[in-house]
Amino acid sequence: MGVEVAVQGLTKSFNGQPVWSDISLTLPAGEISVLLGPSGTGKSVFLKTLVGLLRPDRGSIVIEGLDLPRLSERALYEVRKLFGVLFQDGALFGSMTIYDNVAFPLREHTRKTEAEIRAVVTEKLDMVGLVGAERKLPGEISGGMRKRAGLARALVLDPRIVLFDEPDSGLDPVRTAYLNQLIIDLNQRTEATFLIVTHDINTARTVPDNIGLIYHGHLAMFGPREMLLSSTEPVVRQFLNAQRIGPIGMAEEKDAEELAAEAQAGVELPPLPPIPPQLPPSDGRPRRAERPPGQWCREHGVTPPPGSFTGAEWSGQRDHQAGPVGTGGGPR
Amino acid sequence: MSAPVTAVRRSGEFFAFCLDALRGLGRRPVQVREFVQQAWFISSVSILPAALVSIPFGAVIALQLGSLVRQLGAQSFTGAASVLAVVREAGPIVTALIIAGAGGSAICADLGSRKIREELDAMQVLGIDPIQRLVVPRVLASMLVAVLLNGLVSVVGVSGGYAFNVVMQGGTPGAYLASFQALGQLPDLLVGEVKALLFGAAAALVASYKGMTAKGGPKGVGDAVNQSVVITFMLLFALNFLVTAVYFQVVPQKGS
Repeated sequence: MGVEVAVQGLTKSFNGQPVWSDISLTLPAGEISVLLGPSGTGKSVFLKTLVGLLRPDRGSIVIEGLDLPRLSERALYEVRKLFGVLFQDGALFGSMTIYDNVAFPLREHTRKTEAEIRAVVTEKLDMVGLVGAERKLPGEISGGMRKRAGLARALVLDPRIVLFDEPDSGLDPVRTAYLNQLIIDLNQRTEATFLIVTHDINTARTVPDNIGLIYHGHLAMFGPREMLLSSTEPVVRQFLNAQRIGPIGMAEEKDAEELAAEAQAGVELPPLPPIPPQLPPSDGRPRRAERPPGQWCREHGVTPPPGSFTGAEWSGQRDHQAGPVGTGGGPR
Repeated sequence: MSAPVTAVRRSGEFFAFCLDALRGLGRRPVQVREFVQQAWFISSVSILPAALVSIPFGAVIALQLGSLVRQLGAQSFTGAASVLAVVREAGPIVTALIIAGAGGSAICADLGSRKIREELDAMQVLGIDPIQRLVVPRVLASMLVAVLLNGLVSVVGVSGGYAFNVVMQGGTPGAYLASFQALGQLPDLLVGEVKALLFGAAAALVASYKGMTAKGGPKGVGDAVNQSVVITFMLLFALNFLVTAVYFQVVPQKGS
């Protein structure tokens, strides 16, 4: 029951400074897509533009035949009911308990009785594993719990499109693994369209059906997971394999001199690591959007790197910024 | 962008924000719960300081006028002068300072911290307009509390002045009350309340606007609160001048 999101020629700038320009991509209905990019490339801005919190300079975002940037403020509020958004820190309402936070959209938008609301809220809290924390305030729980509570609130109106703004930032690798599994399971259960914005390559390699990479103000590539993971395009290859060799430097991009020096020195890119298998839903049944491993490679005559889809441990550098365990929000 | 352009742009945005709030006023559902909570909150932070400020304020006016009036030889009008000063000017001004300083700063800090925690974005994404849901009830609550607070300040200020005049300056209670009757009139109280109403609205609007446009982390919220209090004070004194000028043009004064 997901819906397709078609983005065409999207351009956004702040005070004359372009953030990114001419982004065109289609999020296929019901599939999980990940949008990757180095820090500071405007991934969150893209997400906020997608839900109409920011207006793009040019371009269109078409959802169910409606072009979001052209809608009036009031029509936007209607379309937004299709969306569920998980913000970076959960963005819970600090003055309300977890229960009231999750119940909030139901109380505002539906005429359900308190008993019906209780049933829905309990179901969603159970889904994210937060039963027992209903009476706590957001300030009293850990960052990971805040994220899961934010997810429960985002899901409570049964959205057709769910957006995740860095679900793995500030979480330790174990919590990230749990959250990734939760995302897969939720997609299986709700069949909504998912878009995850992140710079965690482990998530990007194992969770999505599609990957997009924003680099240097434009969309470098968007397509099926296997297409990007087997790609030899320098930027994609460097980023997805967390290497230092390639066009991306410490400050956004390397200059031509550095690149020439690198080429002259004959630095060889290390071989592509094997493509890891996609994370399966925890109950073992397939998701509707799931494709058999290796299908894209076979159809397009691409030989995947040796050892792909076997579940062999991927040996690239991991890029986890693990914060203090479970308290990822920082002081407040 | 040059400073004048920025200033004009900010004013324009603030004006548009006020129009949005005005439009949100008529939109259903009315946020009764939020309104009551906010009215309770604003009064709880402002009643005590308002009362404590208005006693010395009334006394100072009585003191100043007492000596001035004696120099002019018009002791019998001490009461009239001090009551009129309190009801027409001092009441609304004290109300304005308290509403902007205590209520407005609290509103601005609250909305500002919600803004930087992305709560306001989350609310918009959940299909709820923060202006209608949060700003309108705060503006209405602030207006209501300002009007009531103005009544409180007037009563406390007048009694303070009365006590001061009668006990310390040796004035007579009869002269104090009689002269008040001679010069004061009902519109004096009404204009005080109208001023308080406008001040309450302006303080809440500026505070909300500043809070909702806060950016740059916790420091941004601090800056926003600071600016909102300063801007509100300037705006309120300007408004006060305008209303007073119009009042003297429109309402005929006794004995003139």
